[in-house]
Amino acid sequence: MNPYVPHTPDDVRGMLEKIGISDVEGLFSDIPPEVRARHRPLGLPARDELAVSRHLGSRAAESTGARLVPFLGGGLYDHYIPPVVGHVLSRSEFFTAYTPYQAELSQGTLTWMFEYQTMVCELTGMEVANASMYDGATALAEAVLMAARATGGRTVLVPRSLLPHVREVLATYAWGAGLTLTDVPYGPDGRMALGAVPEGTCALVVAQPNALGILEDLSGLKERLGKAFLIAYANPIVLAVVEPPGSFGADVVVGEGQVLGNPIAFGGPLLGFFATRMEHLRRMPGRVSGETRDAHGKVGYVMTFQTREQHIRREGATSNICTNSALCALAATVYLAALGPGGLRRVALLAYERAHVLAERIGRIPGYGLAFSGPFFHEFVVRCSNPAGAVEKLRRAGIAVLPPEFLAPLGVRQGFPVAVTEKRTDEELDLFVSALEGR
Amino acid sequence: MSTIYDRGAPGRRAVALPALQNSEEELLLELPPALRRRNPPRLPEVSQPELVRHYTELSRMNYGVDTGFYPLGSCTMKYNPKLHEDLARLPGFSGLHPLLPPEECQGALAVLWELGELLQGITGMPGVTLQPAAGAHGELTGMLLLKRWLEDRGETGRTKVLLPDSAHGTNPASAAMVGFTVVSLPSDRRGMVDLEALKRALGPDVAGIMLTVPNTLGIFEEDILEITELVHGAGGLCYFDGANFNAYLGRARPGDMGADIFHINLHKTFSTPHGGGGPGAGPVTVSEALVPYLPVPGIVRRGDRFELDWDRPKSVGRVHPYHGNFLVAVRALAYILTLGDEGMREVSAGAVLAANYLKALLQDVYRVPYDRLVKHEFVLSGAGLGEGIRTLDVVKRLMDYGFHPPTIYFPLIVPEALMIEPTETEPKEVLDAFAEALRAIAREAREDPQLLKEAPHGTPVRRLDEARAVREPRLRIQFEKS
Repeated sequence: MNPYVPHTPDDVRGMLEKIGISDVEGLFSDIPPEVRARHRPLGLPARDELAVSRHLGSRAAESTGARLVPFLGGGLYDHYIPPVVGHVLSRSEFFTAYTPYQAELSQGTLTWMFEYQTMVCELTGMEVANASMYDGATALAEAVLMAARATGGRTVLVPRSLLPHVREVLATYAWGAGLTLTDVPYGPDGRMALGAVPEGTCALVVAQPNALGILEDLSGLKERLGKAFLIAYANPIVLAVVEPPGSFGADVVVGEGQVLGNPIAFGGPLLGFFATRMEHLRRMPGRVSGETRDAHGKVGYVMTFQTREQHIRREGATSNICTNSALCALAATVYLAALGPGGLRRVALLAYERAHVLAERIGRIPGYGLAFSGPFFHEFVVRCSNPAGAVEKLRRAGIAVLPPEFLAPLGVRQGFPVAVTEKRTDEELDLFVSALEGR
Repeated sequence: MSTIYDRGAPGRRAVALPALQNSEEELLLELPPALRRRNPPRLPEVSQPELVRHYTELSRMNYGVDTGFYPLGSCTMKYNPKLHEDLARLPGFSGLHPLLPPEECQGALAVLWELGELLQGITGMPGVTLQPAAGAHGELTGMLLLKRWLEDRGETGRTKVLLPDSAHGTNPASAAMVGFTVVSLPSDRRGMVDLEALKRALGPDVAGIMLTVPNTLGIFEEDILEITELVHGAGGLCYFDGANFNAYLGRARPGDMGADIFHINLHKTFSTPHGGGGPGAGPVTVSEALVPYLPVPGIVRRGDRFELDWDRPKSVGRVHPYHGNFLVAVRALAYILTLGDEGMREVSAGAVLAANYLKALLQDVYRVPYDRLVKHEFVLSGAGLGEGIRTLDVVKRLMDYGFHPPTIYFPLIVPEALMIEPTETEPKEVLDAFAEALRAIAREAREDPQLLKEAPHGTPVRRLDEARAVREPRLRIQFEKS
């Protein structure tokens, strides 16, 4: 008997008797016999906990990349996760619950969702946020679908400097919905260079910062779009010190929330955040927690505006999303509460400061420099004649950066991206520089 | 109910962080003036003890599988093994960056490949993608595959997707997201797809059918082979929603029933935690014909190395920025390896045994609209219990007995529905106690209906006013204008 099934032979006998069926196989008599006859087992034995633990433990040890010093970005960043986050998340009242359909037994989940929505609105400068999407890329895709529904336009303006894999997900969703993506180029400073806005545009996407690490200036963009949506794909840690897209009239702000207290986890699970304006509330995808009162007048929280959602509206829903990234959103909530406004600003500025120190030192090495002249935050593209060779030098010193091919879809030929967080020490910065200086 | 914003005081913080080399002011001045944030985000300011107390208090106002019985129909709220939590936290998994070259990620790719192989074997289907991050995301992926397949064959006139009227709401929503028109199929008196209605609906404009097997009444479609044959005969494909896979795990395979596309909820059948609403994972397995269209990159083994396969010119593209919810995959793999073939058979046996047993304990008190052998779940009606008593009243009262309610008002074809899925991980004593509670509530409905209408009585809050939440939307904390 496997350790998670409690039925003893006595239990089974008693239960079958109550049902009025003589054996367990009889419980499956409604599956056509030819289907049952075609079944083939895997030839997989049961294993004990120690064996499973050893097997997966050795798998975990086989990835050499996890032992390198990461100067890796590309949308996911190695920020410090205070242990208090993990300890709160390990409360199994949180992680073994499901969607809070029954509010009276889910006030814990609904309350933190309300807190989370508040924090996302504060970071992005928006009015309303949902309780999470799968990841930044699908959050962006859903924002674009929402813009298409709201405006009737079928063309999406997408900066060439958007993260390539985020763009690929967007392209898949857009193809499914019959939308066209049109490139917006970037200039020598690495900033988006928006030309004329074509007729039938439903949205302009702008990344803050973009995949080249460059901070965009959002001033005046919304004014050029008319009724088309301005959708920002933003890094929430950067928004601690950079003016939020909401101040520039953005209609939707989405992004990857992994940086807020979640591990990189080989790319999943992640956290898509999604914030918009109240005027778009009824078009917004995803769960929302709202404040109300109970029968005795006490404040409590419920899932609200559910008529937008698939379980009520079916094919007319704003999205098919059901299960989302709740536990990752809880991590973000606890992380932001733990840091507070001062701590978050400190994390952002530490990453900024250390990235600029490293960039300056790299710039002093002969043959190396910055690929773009625009202002950057904590990620930048190093220009050099032999990027593959440079990456290999770093690797030999135990340092990981993204491979140069990562930026090839963006048209960057001679460079590789470097990201720095508050976790990188002076010694690691020294190691980076001396590795590049070495032959 | 107080929020974290009700705690703390300006200047408090819960984490000690490194110092800057320059002053904050100097660094902020380096940012271009137009980009400098004018007003800082209003975030809580609390000490670490306050933080922990607050979230511990919130956790105590929650109910999870670890708290007690959670028979939420079609959600498979089974026990989540603790070993898996430790494995998912191993730094070699949780700290690995997905954009490193494959040769630096061999262990992680091996996990994904192994899980993919096992899921193909378990479902009897020759292709897999682990990218979808949830069941509905798997459905969307399935609909994209269907659309791509049609486009590749030049059959773009096939725009309709058939759906039984008992389908989960995600099914029609997923089909609509890729532009399909949804056609609802009525259920017959057995609670199954009406074959005659299916034949009438099939035609040259039909792209395919989305079926939940067993369906949301917990009933296995006995005509499943005829259904898939009819759809294939009419030139369409068969999508199976695997939300209810727990019902026949290790005993039958969708590939043997004619499924072309099948999504699996790892957070249901394969025991990964539901997280309060995710993250889950929704891998998709497919028949031979659809393999060329699967998302890129695939994960393949060449010799003893694992690689990413981008060579799929007909692929639908990416549906996830990386490789899906990897840490969920780690947990699911641990579960399958622990169970083996025999353990998987015990899962479905235990789930179906528990559902039929519980139904037998309740059917003399609650109406069973479709009374037959069920699989992992069954549907009762709360209608006719007492003057003005609704199913909502019944389940709110269940909370006072210490149980989480079942799914209610679904499927839509049963008035006042209670959809109960006990799963295999509950002891007989718990099932007996739950049945006893529902029987007691049926008595109360006759003798003291007010007790139900005002329930719950013992929860942190009483019944909440949902209409007010919409009438006066408060979707975030409103701060005083500063």
